[in-house]
Amino acid sequence: MRRTWAVARKELRQVVRDPLSLIMLIGLPAFMLVLYGYALNFDVRHIALAVQDRDHSVASRDLIAAFVNSTYFDVVATPAPGQDLEVLTERLQAKAILVIPEDFGADLGAGRAASVQLLLDGADATTATTILGYAGGLVAQANERLLRGSLSRMGITLEPGIAYEPRVWYNPELESTQFLVPGLIGFLLMLTAVLATALSVVREKERGTMEQLRVAPLRTWELILGKTLPYLAISYLAAIIILVAARLLFDVQVEGSSLALFVATLVYLFGALGLGVLISTIADTQALAFQISLISSMLPALLLSGFIFQIRSMPLFLQAITYLVPARYYLVILRGVILKGTTLEPYWDQFLALVVFAVVMVTLASVRLARKEQ
Amino acid sequence: MHVLWRVIVKEFLQLRQDRRMIPVIFVAPVVQITLFGFAVNTDVTNVPTVLVDQDKSAASRDLVSRFVGSGYFELVGVEERVEAASPWLVTGDAQLALVIASGYGRALASGQTPRVQVIVDGSDSSATTVVLGYAGAIIRGQAGEATVARLRSRIARAKAPPPGAGGRIELVPRVWYNPDLSSRWFYVPAVLALVLMVMTMLLSAMGVVREKEIGTMEQLMVTPIRSWQLLVGKLFPFAVIGFVQTLLITTVTVWGFEIRLEGSLALLLGLTMLFVLGNLGLGLLVSTVVGNQQQAMMGAAFVLLIPMILLSGLIFPIENMPRAIQYVTYAIPVRYYAEIIRGIFLRGSGIDVLWPQALVLLAMGVSIMIVAVLRFRKRLD
Repeated sequence: MRRTWAVARKELRQVVRDPLSLIMLIGLPAFMLVLYGYALNFDVRHIALAVQDRDHSVASRDLIAAFVNSTYFDVVATPAPGQDLEVLTERLQAKAILVIPEDFGADLGAGRAASVQLLLDGADATTATTILGYAGGLVAQANERLLRGSLSRMGITLEPGIAYEPRVWYNPELESTQFLVPGLIGFLLMLTAVLATALSVVREKERGTMEQLRVAPLRTWELILGKTLPYLAISYLAAIIILVAARLLFDVQVEGSSLALFVATLVYLFGALGLGVLISTIADTQALAFQISLISSMLPALLLSGFIFQIRSMPLFLQAITYLVPARYYLVILRGVILKGTTLEPYWDQFLALVVFAVVMVTLASVRLARKEQ
Repeated sequence: MHVLWRVIVKEFLQLRQDRRMIPVIFVAPVVQITLFGFAVNTDVTNVPTVLVDQDKSAASRDLVSRFVGSGYFELVGVEERVEAASPWLVTGDAQLALVIASGYGRALASGQTPRVQVIVDGSDSSATTVVLGYAGAIIRGQAGEATVARLRSRIARAKAPPPGAGGRIELVPRVWYNPDLSSRWFYVPAVLALVLMVMTMLLSAMGVVREKEIGTMEQLMVTPIRSWQLLVGKLFPFAVIGFVQTLLITTVTVWGFEIRLEGSLALLLGLTMLFVLGNLGLGLLVSTVVGNQQQAMMGAAFVLLIPMILLSGLIFPIENMPRAIQYVTYAIPVRYYAEIIRGIFLRGSGIDVLWPQALVLLAMGVSIMIVAVLRFRKRLD
C-alpha cells in the first residue's frame, strides 16, 4: 500500500506540474455542458422559407400568414413566377419553398381541392422531416378553419375537439439539459479516464522511464493502482464539477441517492481505467494510444450509449455491439438516480453489467502487463 | 529539393516503424463511417409503449392499432390501472404510457370531448418532443377523422350548402436531394471532415511535438535542413494520408452506403486540399503552444476539434443555435467545408455555387499557416 501510494504521489505530482492538461481535464466538462446546454439541439425554429405566390388572392395570403404566424417559418424570399427555385436551396438561402399555384383561391372558392407545393432541401433529413410535420399541421389547421367557416355560414358551431393530455414525467419542461447532464457525465468520464491513463503510461514507455519503474521493487497491481488512482480522483472531480455547474446554470438537481451515484461512478471508472491501461499495453506511441482510445471508448460513449441517439433505432448488429459499451449501462443508472430520484435497486442488472466490465478490463490489463514484464 | 525529399522519406519511415499505426489510419475512418452510417440516427422508431385501456371499445382498439401501425410505437405491456404503468417508466422498459379513459369510444361517436392521456419519460432523450408530436398527431388524427366525417355528412345533408363548402387545401411535398429523407445522407459524408481533422490537425500536432518531446528536434536543427524544409517535410506526409483517407471515405460512402456523389470528385478533392491546409496550420499552431504530446492531444482535441465539430453544423444544424453562437460559427473553417461536402455530395453543386465557401477556406488556410509558420520559426531561433 505504501508503494502504491508512492507511485500515486509521483503521478499526481506529474499531473500538477502540467497545469495546462489539468485545466483541460477539469475545465472541459463545464465547457461542454454550457455548449450543449445553450447551443446544441435539434429544435427546429426560424426555418428559412421562400414563398412563390402565383395567385395573389385572399386565400393565398391567408395561407402564407398562417405559415408566418406559426413562428416556425421566416419568409426570406419571394421569388417571382418563372424564377429558378433550386438556386435558393443550393445557395443555402432557403430550406423550404412554398409554391401556391395560380388558381388556388378560385379552386377553394368553388369548393374544389386546391394543391400547394412544398419543396424541401432534404440534405438535412432531420430538419426536413420536422419542417414537413410543421407544414402538414398548418395545412390541417387551415382546412379546419375552412370547414368551420362553411359551417358557421350554415349556422352551426363546432363541438370542442379531443382532450389530448400529454404529461412528461421527470423532465416536465422538456429541457434538453436535463437529459444531457447524465449523458455528458458518462461521456466525459470515459474520455478523461481512458485517455489520461493510456497516454500517461505510454508516455513512460516513449520516454524510456517505464524500464525504471519496472526495475523498481513494485508489484504489477501496485503499479497499476498507483498510476490510476490520481486519474480516478481527477475524474471524480470532473463529475462533481459537471453536477455543480448543472445545478447552478441549468437547475438540474440530483433527485436520488448520492451514494448510489458515487458507487456506480466508482465501478464505471474502474472499468474505464482498466481499459486505459489495456490500451497502453497495446500501443507504443501516444499517437496510436490516442487513436485506439478514440475508437474504443470516446466514439462508443458518444454514439452507442443512447446519449444523443437512440439505441433501439439502430440496426440489430449495432444494437448487439452496444451491450459491450459500459456507458450504455451507466447512463441508465445516472438518468434514474439524477432525474427519476431512485436508488440503485431498480437497475441491479445494469449495475451488474458495469461490475462485469470493470472486472474483465482490470483482469485483462493486469494479465497483459504481467506478461510484458517477463 | 533533395533535402526536402529526405525529410519526407524519414517521416514516412517513422510512421511505418510503428506497425500498428498504419492499420489504425485506415481502420479508423471505416469504423467512424460505420458508426455514423448506422448509429447516428435521429429517426424515432419502436418507442416502447405500455397501454392502459380502460375503455375497451372498438374506438380505443382502433386508436391502439393506429399507434402500433404507425411504426413509431411498439406495445411492450398492458396494465389495468394507471399506477401500474409507473414502474415501466422508472426502469426504462417503456418510454410512453398510453392511457385511454373509459367512455372514450362513446364520447368520440357522440361529438363530446373524449379523453386520452399520454405519459412520456422525458429523461430518456432528445426524442421526447418528437415522440409527443407523433402521439399527438395520431390521437388528433383519429378524432379529426371522426369530426370531419360527421361534419361533412351534415353539410351534405343541408338543403343548400353554402358556396365554397368542401374546398380544402392539399399539401404536395417534394423533397430534393434526399427523397427518402434518410438522416444517413446527412451524417455519412460528414465523416470526411471528422477523419481529416483528426489526421491533419491532431496527429500532425502530435507528430511535431513528439520530436520535441523525445529530443530529436535538436538533432534536426543542427543538420543543414532549413526550417521550411523541416516543416514541409513533417506536414506533407499527413496531407498525403489525408488525401488517401478522402478517397477511402468517398469510396465507402458511394459504394457502401449508396449515397451518390452528385457533383465532381475533382472539385471535392481540390477543396479538400484547402481545408487540409488550414488544419495543418492549426496543428502546427498547437505544436508551438504546447510542451508535450498529451497537451498537444488535449489542446487540439478539446480546445479545437470537439468545439469546432459541434459548432460546425456537421451534426447539429447551425440554424437551431442561438443568434450569438451562429455568428461564432462563421469563424470556424469546418463550417464552410461542411457546406462544401454536402453541396457536392447531395446537391451536386459546382464551383459556381461554392466559390464563396472555397474563398473563405483559402483565406483562412493561408492566414493560419502564415501565423503558424512565423511562430514556429521564432521558437526554432
